[in-house]
Amino acid sequence: MKLHPSLAIGAAALAGLALTSCQAKEEAKPADPGKSAPAEITVNASDSACELSGTEGATGANTFVITNNGNKVTEFYVYGEGERVMGEVENISPGLQRKLIVQLGEPGTYQTACKPGMVGDGMRADFKVTGESVKIDDEGKFKEASDSYKRYVNSQTDALIGATQVFVEAVKKGDISAAKAQYPIARTYYERIEPVAESFPDDLDPRIDLREADLEPGQKWTGFHRLEKDLWVTGLQPDTNAMADQLMADVKELDAGVKSPDYKIDSTQIAGGAQGLLDEVSASKITGEEDIFSHTDLWDFKANVEGSQTAVASVRPILDERNADLGKKVDQRFAEVEALLEKYRQGDGFISYDKVTEPQRQELSRAIDALSKEVSQVQGVIAPK
Amino acid sequence: MSRRRLFGAAGVTAAVVGAAGAGALAGRASAASTTFGGLDQPVPFRGERQAGIITPQQDRMHFAAFDVTTDSRDDVIALLQQWTEMAERMTQGKDAVKDGAIGGNPYAPPDDTGEALGLPASGLTLTIGFGPSFFEKDGKDRFGIAAKRPAGLADLPKFTNEILDPAKCGGDICIQACAHDPQVAVHAVRNLARVGFGTVAVKYSQLGFGRTSSTTREQSTPRNMLGFKDGTNNLKAEDTGALDKNVWVAPGDGPDWLAGGTYLVTRRIRNRIEAWDRTTLLEQERVIGRQKGSGAPNGLTQEFEQLNFDLVDDKNTPLIDVDAHVRLVNPDHVGGVKMLRRGYNFTDGSDGFGHLDAGLFFIAFVRSPTTNFIPVLAQMSGDALNEYIFHTGTAVFACPPGLREGDSSAYWGSTLFG
Repeated sequence: MKLHPSLAIGAAALAGLALTSCQAKEEAKPADPGKSAPAEITVNASDSACELSGTEGATGANTFVITNNGNKVTEFYVYGEGERVMGEVENISPGLQRKLIVQLGEPGTYQTACKPGMVGDGMRADFKVTGESVKIDDEGKFKEASDSYKRYVNSQTDALIGATQVFVEAVKKGDISAAKAQYPIARTYYERIEPVAESFPDDLDPRIDLREADLEPGQKWTGFHRLEKDLWVTGLQPDTNAMADQLMADVKELDAGVKSPDYKIDSTQIAGGAQGLLDEVSASKITGEEDIFSHTDLWDFKANVEGSQTAVASVRPILDERNADLGKKVDQRFAEVEALLEKYRQGDGFISYDKVTEPQRQELSRAIDALSKEVSQVQGVIAPK
Repeated sequence: MSRRRLFGAAGVTAAVVGAAGAGALAGRASAASTTFGGLDQPVPFRGERQAGIITPQQDRMHFAAFDVTTDSRDDVIALLQQWTEMAERMTQGKDAVKDGAIGGNPYAPPDDTGEALGLPASGLTLTIGFGPSFFEKDGKDRFGIAAKRPAGLADLPKFTNEILDPAKCGGDICIQACAHDPQVAVHAVRNLARVGFGTVAVKYSQLGFGRTSSTTREQSTPRNMLGFKDGTNNLKAEDTGALDKNVWVAPGDGPDWLAGGTYLVTRRIRNRIEAWDRTTLLEQERVIGRQKGSGAPNGLTQEFEQLNFDLVDDKNTPLIDVDAHVRLVNPDHVGGVKMLRRGYNFTDGSDGFGHLDAGLFFIAFVRSPTTNFIPVLAQMSGDALNEYIFHTGTAVFACPPGLREGDSSAYWGSTLFG
């Protein structure tokens, strides 16, 4: 169960109210000196601790300055009700300092989290926000859902570029074991937002993520899975480096696409994407066909679920206003799937999917079915009236 | 070891005499010729008994067994209530939910999957039953009903000739959907399963493409995958006294919630089709004990003639073999008990050897599995038919009584949970 008990209480108190979120990264301007802006909160993130200089803030902008004093790459999150990501900074390398400004519009109990290794639920702590709530109109809510999800997509493509760079460099150095270790990590950022990639032209998604089984006669096989086969089965080929460069270029194309002013995604598409990600799980992860050579399917599984959860969280204020019960049901089902996934956790990652038995796969499949049933209802509820 | 046997000359004579009376073979009743008064005429959902038991047996079936995946009694009850509403609508030829297929919110997945739009009710019946594991699973009383499990509701003992696949056995809840149009039956199960995710999950399901019994006197006797008429001697809807004695659970038999209900027993029986097809007609008739053409008992000429086990040929060999199927399972040889058979021919395509995966999805409704079913199946341990069949699945369910007309508080299982 991911929801912290005290957050659940805070969430109950907030029922029916809209949480607003707005963040900007490293573009902090000094707050209006006339207002009593909360002081910066420093976050000392290490591999085993997540120390905040304060655990309380005021409604409005809250600023966190995160320093990674550990040895693992880390992330910092602020969560609202229903695991809604209010703001996050990903991919903070050891020694680096990053700033996060997040709008916490409603009083209540939020949660902060450091995620060394960028996996798991992270080290959580409550963060109390007091003051007058900031209301936004209905149209604003839809815009906010869209903006919030776009910020998430941007953060994921940022991280995808960094993680793919590491992967590609390892491949080109011929460091097979480092490349194998990085493969599922790099894919995580892609799998969280895959429906977004699917919306771009010129077969961008197949170029990055096509599986050998889906190759059409005469089609050139590029992307993650081609490199997966080189790494796990056939060994490095004469064109492996070219493939690695191509992957890097394709990932950058995706990043440029989502950051283009032309790129738009509305709340209905976001909710559709939440469902699409779960369909991905039941179509190819449950069967083990996604990462057929590396058996790292559970990483992708987890990433799809996380991406779906974030998409739902983006439209959560609309959902809560119209059907709060559905939101709670969705929370419960996400928690059940995550609890099930945790059984297969190994270190910062997961056990090889070929070690997951048929009855265990059936159990995972049933949990995904139960979750999908609820998530599939979100689109209809949040559709503009 | 083969129990196949070469016929003596006398045996041949007797069999041929029987075959001569076969004359015209009765064809399968078409859906349109049943006594429903047409496919548009729905079978009433409500009544003293659940529909789909003594209802004139429809031609097609989709049977589904579910595992309950929650420990929440409230969630189970809520689903049973939702199922009841949907089932009543679908049996009346409507979509599962009002405006479900196309009239709802276009931004939401439709509340009805739509493949039955425009199709008549087609005699659809939906019958629910609860398995032993619904009451207690792995020693756990999940829904506070363990004490209400009837003694007769238990997994069947091990029988000979079983190669059971655990994935196709048992189940917490079953739904038997029968209709004259397979699409209507499949639509019903699909929609019930769809709303059930998170509360139940389909454990297995079975399509049946042709009925293998008659449950009324007006129906002709259909044929099974062995090519023989099946269910000639079945209990019929008209035999009300025999039904009370053998099918309906009486007050005092067990817990009150089941009074007026019945037990549903399934056996998925695979036929060794290819072996059977290489067997002579005489051997086939010896194994069954009836004539393939007319369905008459060996030595007699009419389908519905009383079996006479004392008939012998001139060498004093019984005309109905001592191992013949009809002899072993005849009520006279199991203390007079009967059952209402309501099974279906199935095929699930072919196996890896290119052999047809086909046979009989046997369904029987009985007042008590212990009295009416287990002794009969036990009799089959020496059945000549066993060389050509084997059992791959089995389950037992308790089916509550029907929902009364006008009782809006009643739902599937309300006598159990109420």
